Amino acid sequence: MKIVVAVKQVPDTNAEKTFDPQTKRLNRSAIENVLNPFDEYAIEEALRCKETLGGDTTVTILTMAPQRGVDVVRKALGMGADNAAMISDDAIGGSDTMATAYLLALALKHIGFDLVLCGTQSTDATNGIVPAAIAEHLRVPALTYAKKLEIKASAVEIQREVETGYARVGSQLPAVVSVTKGINEPRYPTLKGIMGAKKKEITMLTLADIGADLARIGEAGAKTQVESFTPVGARARGEVFVASDPKEGARKILDFLIAKKAI
Amino acid sequence: MNFEPTQEQLSVREMVATFARNEIDPHAAQWDREHTFPEPLFHKLGELGIMGMFASEAFGGAALDTVSTVLAIEELSRADAGVGVTVSVQGLAERIIEAFASDELKRRYLPDMCAGRWLGAFALTEAESGSDASSLRVSAQRHGDEYVLNGAKQWVTNGGYAKVFIVFARTGSDGPKGISAFLIDRDTAGLSIGRVTRKLGIHSSNTVDLILQDARVPASALLAAEGAGYRIALANLGSGRLGIAAQAVGILAACLETSRRYAQDRHQFGRPIGAFQAVSFKIADMAVDLDAARLLLYHAAWMRDRGMPVVDASSKAKLFASTAARKHAAECVQILGGYGYTDEFPAERYYRDAKITEIYEGTSEVQRIVIARELLGRLDERTAGDRPARRPGPSTVQRDGEGRERRPAARRDK
Ligand SMILES: Cc1cc2nc3c(=O)[nH]c(=O)nc-3n(C[C@H](O)[C@H](O)[C@H](O)COP(=O)(O)OP(=O)(O)OC[C@H]3O[C@@H](n4cnc5c(N)ncnc54)[C@H](O)[C@@H]3O)c2cc1C
Repeated sequence: MKIVVAVKQVPDTNAEKTFDPQTKRLNRSAIENVLNPFDEYAIEEALRCKETLGGDTTVTILTMAPQRGVDVVRKALGMGADNAAMISDDAIGGSDTMATAYLLALALKHIGFDLVLCGTQSTDATNGIVPAAIAEHLRVPALTYAKKLEIKASAVEIQREVETGYARVGSQLPAVVSVTKGINEPRYPTLKGIMGAKKKEITMLTLADIGADLARIGEAGAKTQVESFTPVGARARGEVFVASDPKEGARKILDFLIAKKAI
Repeated sequence: MNFEPTQEQLSVREMVATFARNEIDPHAAQWDREHTFPEPLFHKLGELGIMGMFASEAFGGAALDTVSTVLAIEELSRADAGVGVTVSVQGLAERIIEAFASDELKRRYLPDMCAGRWLGAFALTEAESGSDASSLRVSAQRHGDEYVLNGAKQWVTNGGYAKVFIVFARTGSDGPKGISAFLIDRDTAGLSIGRVTRKLGIHSSNTVDLILQDARVPASALLAAEGAGYRIALANLGSGRLGIAAQAVGILAACLETSRRYAQDRHQFGRPIGAFQAVSFKIADMAVDLDAARLLLYHAAWMRDRGMPVVDASSKAKLFASTAARKHAAECVQILGGYGYTDEFPAERYYRDAKITEIYEGTSEVQRIVIARELLGRLDERTAGDRPARRPGPSTVQRDGEGRERRPAARRDK
């Protein structure tokens, strides 16, 4: 079975972010990039599937990024993925969510897959659209928000997280599944994994390789447009309650929460 | 000149930093308060390969370059300096075993050490013999195909939990030439662990006395040859010192981070205390010394990776980093004021932990002796009679990282 995990490099969640007023895009070059934390769960789940299925199951990492995005691919390989494919092309700049899904779907067709795993969202854009959009392009089922995943013969079954609990959802493979934070505890890359990662193959894909229609990507192909951006004001200092005993303290906090309509 | 770390070095640092943030940081204060040796942590570090990063792949190690090992120890120490020294001493033991033990002993001990199941310890110091290590008195006498060891070692890091001890003992005459090194198993009859040392800091590390009473080991436990002990100890001082320099750098980095955040958050007189120059300049000085310490450390590690002699460079790195860590840990407490003196903040722990880096693996005075000797030669060993005919020059004998003699670079007379 061929499992492909789609991952994204995102600006370090702790870094201060700025936008370019001209392009209205995030200044990505100034910030250190990391592997999207949500994707670590998808990679972990893929590796666990591989461990349970055994045989000739492989885990491939797929990403779309500028050349230096190779760093996050190496991290994923260090965790234990077998190989990687990376779409890197200058013409990609400015692509929106839909274009991203379009390109990832083309690349998936190109490299082949039985199961595609994704994180639920990225920490930078937080759209959470890509997994379902990829599935739509590929015309395969999308099973989203999995907090448990099981592969049975040529089918997949998940527990889909919903507000009141979970729903059991299943489909035949091939399929796209997005996994939530609760699904597992991602492993750390081991030193052996890190040292071995440099020997693993990373296939570079151009837009021509995957047969992309240039009109559908980049700035020109974007279906969404950023009109303006405003910085979020600095978080106000928290309110400190001083109380002589725990009971009084609890009362004060309770009053506060009621006043804020939090409870 | 190239200051760029490799992709692997960056990955190692990131992995250890993430691990430390998740698995060590949240417990460090408690381990310190309760003097807990976090034994299960070392199993986890073993699974990741950290406990075996110093040994070669043939014995289950990850065979990291020296730069990567110091980055790892720095990141561990940044969260908990006690954890940092435990790993550093593990590395010391592994390197000695790999370089000097028989194949059979390597195969018996290294794989489990690399996996973090077994810890190693290094027992050189005795009650009457510290900086003057070559005066040690624990004895090893040959009886047939065994050696019988008697005496006591003290301040053995990892000792209470170790499976393997590198023990230095006297097999011959007084002085360095009479010293031999042995690999001794914890289960050896006659070997026992004495009192646990109560310390100012690094409470999460374990320090004990080691008692040898007619402890019998097979002749195969002798490392290299009789009389090679002192050379073995010296050969690994370079890398051991880099480990402690990395520990000091980790503490210093933690001090800077704690100071920086506090100076931004704490308000007095209507503004963040970082707005007062008396505070901000302390932080600026701290940052400069952190960079300087890192450059000395990484450079020395880089030299070792290229097979260059590191006795001098590792002493300089250890001297500078430990002095800076101790000094700035005190400033970190100062920046946090009263809070810095309480255990609500980690500053006082850094302050207590930093001090040891000026003492073990050679005190700061000993580092200065090493550095000065590289420059001046062994002036103290010359008597008036053998004063050189023309002019004093540098000693002709210098030693490289492995204790081999090397010729000093030719110096041009002015
Ligand atoms: C927590 C801890 C862990 C340790 N772990 C280990 C371990 O795992 N294995 C091990 O073998 N040892 C270990 N040690 C021992 C450590 O390496 C020694 O404490 C250190 O080498 C100094 O020796 P000493 O304490 O006997 O001091 P001394 O040698 O007695 O020195 C006392 C003072 O005199 C100074 N001095 C000594 N000689 C000179 C000189 N020639 N010129 C100028 N000044 C001089 C010293 O710098 C120092 O300031 C540990 C010690 C501690 C505290």
